[in-house]
Amino acid sequence: MRVTVLLPGVLRAKADDQATLDVEVAEPATLGDLLDVLAERYPALERRLRDERSTLRRYVNFYVDGEECRFSGGTGTVLRDAAEVQIIPSVAGG
Amino acid sequence: MSKTLLAIGTRKGLWLATSKDRENWEFSGPHHAMTDVFAVAIDTRRDTPRLLAGVTSEHFGPSVATSDDLGATWQEPDHAPVAFPDDTGEALGRVWQLAPGPASEPDVVYAGVEPSALFRSTDGGVTYELVRGLWEHPHREHWTPGFGGKAIHTVVPHPTSSSRVTVAMSTGGVYRTDDGGKSWQASNTGIKAVHVPDPYPEYGQCVHKITSHPAQPERFYAQVHHGVYRSDDGAASWQSIADDLPSDFGFPMVIHPHKPEVIYNFPLQADGMRFPPEGKCRVYRSQDAGKSWDALGAGLPDEFWTGVMRDAMCADDADPAGVYFGSRSGEVYASRDEGEHWQRIADHLPDVLCVRAALV
Repeated sequence: MRVTVLLPGVLRAKADDQATLDVEVAEPATLGDLLDVLAERYPALERRLRDERSTLRRYVNFYVDGEECRFSGGTGTVLRDAAEVQIIPSVAGG
Repeated sequence: MSKTLLAIGTRKGLWLATSKDRENWEFSGPHHAMTDVFAVAIDTRRDTPRLLAGVTSEHFGPSVATSDDLGATWQEPDHAPVAFPDDTGEALGRVWQLAPGPASEPDVVYAGVEPSALFRSTDGGVTYELVRGLWEHPHREHWTPGFGGKAIHTVVPHPTSSSRVTVAMSTGGVYRTDDGGKSWQASNTGIKAVHVPDPYPEYGQCVHKITSHPAQPERFYAQVHHGVYRSDDGAASWQSIADDLPSDFGFPMVIHPHKPEVIYNFPLQADGMRFPPEGKCRVYRSQDAGKSWDALGAGLPDEFWTGVMRDAMCADDADPAGVYFGSRSGEVYASRDEGEHWQRIADHLPDVLCVRAALV
């Protein structure tokens, strides 16, 4: 199945300057599965989204079809075909 | 004509300053904006010096960047340059120290990191591997975080022996290896711990910074959480050299590039009062290996209610030596005459976390 990933401007350089990625993932797929695919295609991007334990970076939010994934299973959030995953840095820093 | 490069790591990026006379400086930055730069190194073992920076984004995590054109461009590998292996169950917090290895191994670079671990690179600091011998040390589970985190913040490779490395951590203390990192010995005999019931434990001390001189590699100096020490036996044992200082508390400890008897530190009043004594900005210098100390203040302010972090003081490798320090309030001071006179060369930067300088 195919999933759309929307990248914030600050991360696009790590994905060939693309704002939107169309990613093919095997069904059924979770957010973690999607990030595993990104780790293969764009490792410099993926390591900014998860640490080496595959834990989501604390201040990066993942909205799956508009819902923040931490309220729907985190990396275990199930993706539907044609799902949209929007990645947005959270409000942090000073 | 050579110039001096001063690298200034801050809470919000890296600034680079160059000068031909160490009086007039040209700045560039921020490089790696909005990352905290706890570690920077200028590796002069190469024909063209390599800059290395440990950068951590609050959002996107830690990394190490390198530059082979003095900061004009920076490179990072696609995969994480420093990462804990799967079986450790750990994740890198940040890189606290980048230390080029001995001259005989020009591609070896060490990284001290949080959580407390040592990594070693054999490709000039681009990618690193965990030093297992220290990670698997039975003491490790008893090392605890200080206020700044649990990190190996200091790495001192032996200048000629590739098998000898000394590290320091807060808390945990000093450890050294004589067999290339396979085994490690706690090296804290004589260093007092003020935060645990036993004042002289085998390990667990809160060592803030250690340094050594390539010409006298058996001699070390240490600034500790309430304590200033010297070792004359390769860090095996330590003696206090704090008697002539206004306070035994502080963070940096810097050695002169050409005079092993000359050291610099920046005393703060106390753990519970982290300001310079009387609020006066003063660098303290000993020219006799710590027997006596002099306050250096020509050009430094008398109202200075801030501090200098453990890596925010350094010397360059010129003769006469330049000495530099940055403050938590974003000022950078430089002396081109070994500390006799000082000049403020930058202000209104973010908190200064580290400085390094070298002729390039």
